[in-house]
Amino acid sequence: MAGITSIGAYIPRYRLNLEEIAEFWGGKGSQGEKAVAGYDEDSITMAVAAARNCMSPGKEPVDGLYLATTTAPYREKQCAAIVAGAVDLKSNSLTSDFTNSLRAGSIAVKSALCAVESGAAKNILVVASDCRQGAPKGRLEQLLGDGAAAVTVGSENTIADIEDSYTIFSDFTDLWRTAEDAFVQSAEGRFIDAQGYMPTMQEAISGLMQQCSATAGDFAKIVFHASDLREHMSLTKKLGFEKGRVQDPLFARIGNTGAAASLIMLAAALEDAQPGDRILFAGYGDGCDAFVFRVTDGISGMRGRIGFKDMLAKTTPVDYGKYLLWRDCISVEASSLPQRTEPSLVSRWRERRSISALYGVRCLDCGTPQFHPIGQAIRVCATCQSKDNFEDYKFSDRKGKLFSYAIDQLQPTLNPPGLNGVVDFDGGGRLICELTDYDLDAVAIGMPVEMTFRKMYQGRGIVNYFWKAKPVV
Amino acid sequence: MESIKDKVAIVGMGCTKFGERWDKGVEDLLVEAAYEAFEDAGIEPKQIQAAWIGTVFSGFSAITLSPLGLQYIPMTRVENMCATGTEALRAAAYAIISGACDVALAIGVEKLKDAGTTGVKGPAIVGDNPDGTSGIGPGYSAPASFAYMATRYFNDYKLKPEEGKKLLAEIAVKNHHNGSLNPKAHFNNELSIEKVVNAPIVAWPLGLYDCCGVSDGAAAAIVTRADLAKNFRADPIYVKALNICVGARQGAIRQDYDFVHIEENVLASRKAYEEAGIKNARKEISVAEVHDCFTIHEMIVYEDLGFSPRGRAREDIEAGTFKLDGEVPVNTDGGLKCFGHPLGASGLRMMYEVYKQLQEKAGPRQVKNPRLGLTHNLGGNAGTGIGSVCIVGNEKG
Repeated sequence: MAGITSIGAYIPRYRLNLEEIAEFWGGKGSQGEKAVAGYDEDSITMAVAAARNCMSPGKEPVDGLYLATTTAPYREKQCAAIVAGAVDLKSNSLTSDFTNSLRAGSIAVKSALCAVESGAAKNILVVASDCRQGAPKGRLEQLLGDGAAAVTVGSENTIADIEDSYTIFSDFTDLWRTAEDAFVQSAEGRFIDAQGYMPTMQEAISGLMQQCSATAGDFAKIVFHASDLREHMSLTKKLGFEKGRVQDPLFARIGNTGAAASLIMLAAALEDAQPGDRILFAGYGDGCDAFVFRVTDGISGMRGRIGFKDMLAKTTPVDYGKYLLWRDCISVEASSLPQRTEPSLVSRWRERRSISALYGVRCLDCGTPQFHPIGQAIRVCATCQSKDNFEDYKFSDRKGKLFSYAIDQLQPTLNPPGLNGVVDFDGGGRLICELTDYDLDAVAIGMPVEMTFRKMYQGRGIVNYFWKAKPVV
Repeated sequence: MESIKDKVAIVGMGCTKFGERWDKGVEDLLVEAAYEAFEDAGIEPKQIQAAWIGTVFSGFSAITLSPLGLQYIPMTRVENMCATGTEALRAAAYAIISGACDVALAIGVEKLKDAGTTGVKGPAIVGDNPDGTSGIGPGYSAPASFAYMATRYFNDYKLKPEEGKKLLAEIAVKNHHNGSLNPKAHFNNELSIEKVVNAPIVAWPLGLYDCCGVSDGAAAAIVTRADLAKNFRADPIYVKALNICVGARQGAIRQDYDFVHIEENVLASRKAYEEAGIKNARKEISVAEVHDCFTIHEMIVYEDLGFSPRGRAREDIEAGTFKLDGEVPVNTDGGLKCFGHPLGASGLRMMYEVYKQLQEKAGPRQVKNPRLGLTHNLGGNAGTGIGSVCIVGNEKG
């Protein structure tokens, strides 16, 4: 039977206090905070982080990757392929973007289940990631947070099997954003509740329960999307769910994470699920996908692996001014330092494996793992001068230690001061790189670090991604 | 391998005032430096038989040298990052030794302040992919790449940050004192330890005064065969050794590189000492101009060049060994720190000072009884360097 074989999540470490936003504009805000992607993160980098969190080493390789997001950095150019490159999928994997709908995450899960059930695929990695923006001062600015989740869908070694599902579509204009819009727009809230969200969710969930002859009491956990807490509470009440069984939508902790929201909730729910638990799971947006999953014994292998509680607990505040800068909502004085030049698309392509998955080489004569400082191909060993006698060697999965570092006031960053340094990988190899997500006070020689895929800089609309080191949390 | 010792002589040198030369172009700086050198050598421009122009950012090809009006002679542009000036001298010296010409010009120039930005663009910043590669490197600054050395040096030799910063400050203060005696230097002010230590941080632990000046300038040398040198002047300076050492970025690739020395510096100097027949550099070198792009590098260079035992530069700094009246005066003209660092000109600017010192024409900065002088450049940075060392003397043998 098809089902979920693994699940992961990624919540960026930064939190913006909602009352701080309200205070700035002279109003009264909701209590709580929202998760904010760092200046070097976007939907793609968060998707990579969630995917890596989901994929455990030694598990069966996946043969497809579906990326669900409403905030892809490109209108034309597939983003799933960028994520697939970073997590180093084999080249004959099926990749696809699921976009334009808040329901993209659950649609992608449903499509993956269909592909596995039909035998067209064995294992598909579904990643949902979003980084939506509400206009400054508005209700949505307070509501929308950033995050990502990933599941692998397969038929062997599942942690939760699919029992049933039910889908409806609905051409209802509640939230929208055109190609020209930087910010999400919204219809009137009461109209959405009365004619959009509530009836759509009720129809799909009731339809599903009817289809599998289940009642509200049959579900140990109920996980469903809502745009805010009021909607979430209304639907809980309307469908007669017991509050204790309904998964916390985390609005006051991370905000509404868009296409990723329902899968992030599912990850949280699965983290403390028991074998045999039945889970009702529903995604919303232009309709509804509702599913019933049954947790299997395989769940015991997942326990504690996501580290979800840490993601919620280990946070760093970001102030509103910096948030507006990171989100390109304010213009600031240009740097007086020399500008970076545009990288060559040709050399980026030639060096794609170094850039995407941090592949270096290991010399088969002297055994030295090595990564070229500017990503060039290594033809002759820097240690023993042996020529063209290497095996591929992937550094992105390896931890390392900080050998030396500089707190760099001149590093181009929207979160100054910059930090860069020399990373020595466990098992050999060295990389001089930028660091991110650090607490400056805790930085020291010997600090354990791991690699993370980040946005480096943007030119001609092209987003350049590469790897940075971050402290092992 | 034959030594080049005493086969080539420098018979004329010129050096512009370094600094923010807003009202002067590359052409002005070239003419200023070259004509001072022509006059110093007592020659006419038409006596130059070949020329090498060194510049990193301020021109492409030998056409850069066209403002000198030299008439249809072999000319070449050379570039070796911050060792570019020395590279021009090396090319000219080798041509003389080969017999291809008898009188050659080596000149270096940089007009950094025309960029209209603070700091220096280019190869020092790996992310700028100067070599046409993918630009994946980190956006770290040049000061950061030397801060790695300071952080490591403080750690390995158990210096508290305040102790380490004070030691580095001593170097900046020394170089500014020397530069204050030099009207051609970019800066002419003295610094205090407190001012250096408390300056804004650029790349921790390096502060503003740990970093050299970004300057405009040019410097030039006229070289000829040693046996012809006295036809030009009574006090020519003889080249004893000229060495450039480049690796395979081992330090940026291999974990066994320690960031408290620079292998390229060590090897370039050892080979140069061998070529010049120097057994004890600390005792035999009368004056040294070294690459103090950042104070930490001057400190490490003391050890790399064998002036101080490994890990013990501190004792020598505290003893004043490298001051004007010390045992090995270093950067008597103010160094990169105070004289300024127009990349392509710097190697020849260093030689200008050593040349004047060996001729005992260095005025208030004059060291006593000079015999041998040394210039040293580092192109690139720790792990990915170009070490260059040139040794000259005022007597043959």
